[in-house]
Amino acid sequence: MTNELKDHAELAEIFNKDEERVDWHDETLWWIRAKRDKSVHQIPEWEALRETASQIKNNVLSNLDKYLVQFEANAKANGIIIHWAADGKEHNKIVHDILTQHGVNRMVKSKSMLTEELHLNEYLMENGIDVIDSDLGERIVQLAKEPPSHIVLPCIHKKKEEIGELFHQYLGTPAGNADPQFLTETARHHLRETFLTRKVALTGVNFAIAETGEFVVCTNEGNADMGAHLADVHIASMGFEKIIPERKHLGVFLRLLTRSATGQPITTYSSHFSKPREGEEMHIIIVDNGRSVQLGREEFRNSLKCIRCGACMNTCPVYRRSGGHSYHNAISGPIGAILAPNLDMEKYADLPFASTLCGSCSNVCPVKIDIHDQLYKWRQVIVKNGYATTAKKAGMQVMTFTLSNPAVYHTGGKIGRWVMKHAPFAVNNKLNPWYKHRDMPTPPKESFGEWYAKNRKG
Amino acid sequence: MTVGLLIPCYVDQFYPNAAIACLELLEKLGVTVVYPKNQTCCGQPMANSGFEHLTHGCDELFVKNFAEFDYIVAPSGSCVLHIRDHLHDEANPEKAAHISSRIYEFTSFLTDVLKVQSLPAKFPHKVGVHQSCHGQRGLHLSSMSELVAPEFSKPGSLLKMVEGIEIVHLGRTDECCGFGGTFCVVEEAVSSKMGKDRVADHLEHGAEYITGVDMSCLMHMEGILRREGSKVKVLHIAEILNGVR
Ligand code: SF4
Repeated sequence: MTNELKDHAELAEIFNKDEERVDWHDETLWWIRAKRDKSVHQIPEWEALRETASQIKNNVLSNLDKYLVQFEANAKANGIIIHWAADGKEHNKIVHDILTQHGVNRMVKSKSMLTEELHLNEYLMENGIDVIDSDLGERIVQLAKEPPSHIVLPCIHKKKEEIGELFHQYLGTPAGNADPQFLTETARHHLRETFLTRKVALTGVNFAIAETGEFVVCTNEGNADMGAHLADVHIASMGFEKIIPERKHLGVFLRLLTRSATGQPITTYSSHFSKPREGEEMHIIIVDNGRSVQLGREEFRNSLKCIRCGACMNTCPVYRRSGGHSYHNAISGPIGAILAPNLDMEKYADLPFASTLCGSCSNVCPVKIDIHDQLYKWRQVIVKNGYATTAKKAGMQVMTFTLSNPAVYHTGGKIGRWVMKHAPFAVNNKLNPWYKHRDMPTPPKESFGEWYAKNRKG
Repeated sequence: MTVGLLIPCYVDQFYPNAAIACLELLEKLGVTVVYPKNQTCCGQPMANSGFEHLTHGCDELFVKNFAEFDYIVAPSGSCVLHIRDHLHDEANPEKAAHISSRIYEFTSFLTDVLKVQSLPAKFPHKVGVHQSCHGQRGLHLSSMSELVAPEFSKPGSLLKMVEGIEIVHLGRTDECCGFGGTFCVVEEAVSSKMGKDRVADHLEHGAEYITGVDMSCLMHMEGILRREGSKVKVLHIAEILNGVR
C-alpha cells in the first residue's frame, strides 16, 4: 500500500484536491450524524443509557480475566470450540487450520472489522484460500481492492456511479447502471450462490455474553446469518473486549449501538448464536492483538470500551473532510487515532495530531470514551517517545518565519518567544501554510499591552 | 473584587480592541481590573502539540502573575480550559489550585459570577455566533448538539441583552472552525476547508458579523473571509457587549 509512506496530513491534502468530492463526503456523513441526533433525541433517558453502558464496560475491563474464563466455560459447555490468539498471526493460522481440517479452500465472511485489523484476507489469499466478503459494502471495497474506509459503512467513500462501474466490471451488470436497488439485487444473487457453496463461514462478534456463553452479531443485511446457517462450520472472531457480563445488558447496548451508528432504532438482525447444530461445528477465536497492552495503559485503557458504532467518525469534522483512508489504518477516525498508536507508535504517530480536539467525538460516543482527551494524552506520549514527526514538522514549518515584533515578550523569557516564533499567523509569507488559504490579521497600531501602559496606571 | 485580566498573546498583538472591550466592560460593571504586564502565555499551544512537559516554566510564571487575584478572567475559552485542566506548580500547589478554580472565560464570568441582568449595548446587525469548541464542549458555555440535554447558552443570553441585534440561525450550530492551534498548519488542507465551510454557513444565513468567545477561531475565519474578499467582519463578543468603539 502506498498509503503507508504518507501521513494523515499528506493523504488528507490529496483527498482535498477534489473539493466537490470532499463536500459530498462531508455532507453524506453529516446526514448520518443528523439522523443519529434525531433518533437519540427521541430517547429522554439517552444520557443515562450512555452512562450505564460506560459503567458496564468499565466493570468488564476491570474484571476481564474472570469474564473471559466464565465465557469460555459456558461456551464450551454449549459445545463451542474456543481458541485463544495472541496476535493476528496466531488468529490467521487458527482459521487456516480449521479450513485445512475440513479440506476446503473457500470461505465466506461477514461483519468483521477485526479480520481487517489482522489482515486475514491477505493471509488466506497467500495460502490459496478464496475469501468472499458477504456484506455489500465490504464486498464493494473487496472488488475495488481497497480497505474499508469506515467501520460501519466500509464503502462510504464511493459514489454510486463508481459502484455501478465496479459491478459492471466484475459482476457483468450493464455499463452506466448505478441504480442502488438494482445493484443491491445483483449483489444479493451473486452472494446467494456464494452462500450455497461455502462450507465455512466466518463472522465477527458484537457482544459475547459471559453468563451464557452465547454471542450476538448485529447486521442489517442478514448475511451473517445466511453465511453461518448454510455453512457446516461457523468461525466467530472476537477481540477480547467484546464481553458483556449478562444477557440483560444487551437491553442497554442494542438500544445504543444502531441509534449511534445510523439513527436506526435497532439493526434489522440481532442474531444470537449459542451452540452448533447437530453434526456441525462452531468455533470462537478470542483475540488479544495488543489489547492487553492497551489495557495496561491506564490513560488509554477505556478505549477498549468501544462498541464500533462509527458515530465518532460521522461526527468528526476532520474525518468527514479527509476520508477514512487518510488514517492508513484498518480503523479510521477518532477511535482509530487512539487505538492505532498502541499497536505501532511510530507508524501511527501522526494520527493523534489529526484533530482539533473539538470534542464532538466524546459527546456522541455511546460508551462515553473520552476520545479527545486521549488524543491529547497520546500527543504527550508520542512526543516523549521521540516520534513527534508531525509535531516537529509543525515547528519546522513555522520556525522559518520570524515575527515582525519579537521583542514584545522580552520580559516573558523563552516561553513567550517560543509561542510567538511558532505563531503561524504572524507573518505574511507565501511559504507559510497558513497563508495558502487564509489572510493574515492586520497588525494594529498598538498592542493591548502598549495601550494599557498609556491608558491605565499599569 | 479584583480581577486579573489574562490576554492571550495573539489577542494582545493583533486584536487589542477585544482586550480593551473586556477591560472596559468589566470596569463598567464595577470590577477592579489589573493586567499583569509580565504575562506571556498559558502554555496551551505547546501542550496541545505534545510538549506539556515543557510548560513548567510557563506554569510557574502564570502562578506568579495571577495568584493574588480574586478571579482571573480571559477573553478565550481555550486558554481558560487549559489552565483549569493542566496548570501545575509543584512549589505552590495551593496557589495553582486557587487559580484553576477561579479562572473564568469572559462571558461565563459575566453570567455566573457577576450575574449580569442587563447591558447598555446596541448593535443593530445580523450576527452569526460561532461556538468555539473549547468554550462550548470544554467549559460548557452552552448546550451541545450531540447531547440530549436542555438547551442553554451563556454567551447567547448576554447577546440577547443587546438592543437591535439579530442572531442568525446556522445550518450546523456547533461545528468546529478548524483552527485547532498548530493543526491549522500541520493539517493545512483540512483546517482551511473546515474554515471555509464554517464561514459559508454564516454567509448563507445572512450574517453581517461573526462573533464568538474565542478570538483564535475568529481570526481563522477572518483569514478566510478576507481571502474570499468578503465584507463580513469578525468581532469578539466583548466588543459587541461593551458597545463597539
Ligand atoms: S469510540 Fe465510541 S463513538 Fe467511536 S466507534 Fe467506538 S463506541 Fe462508537
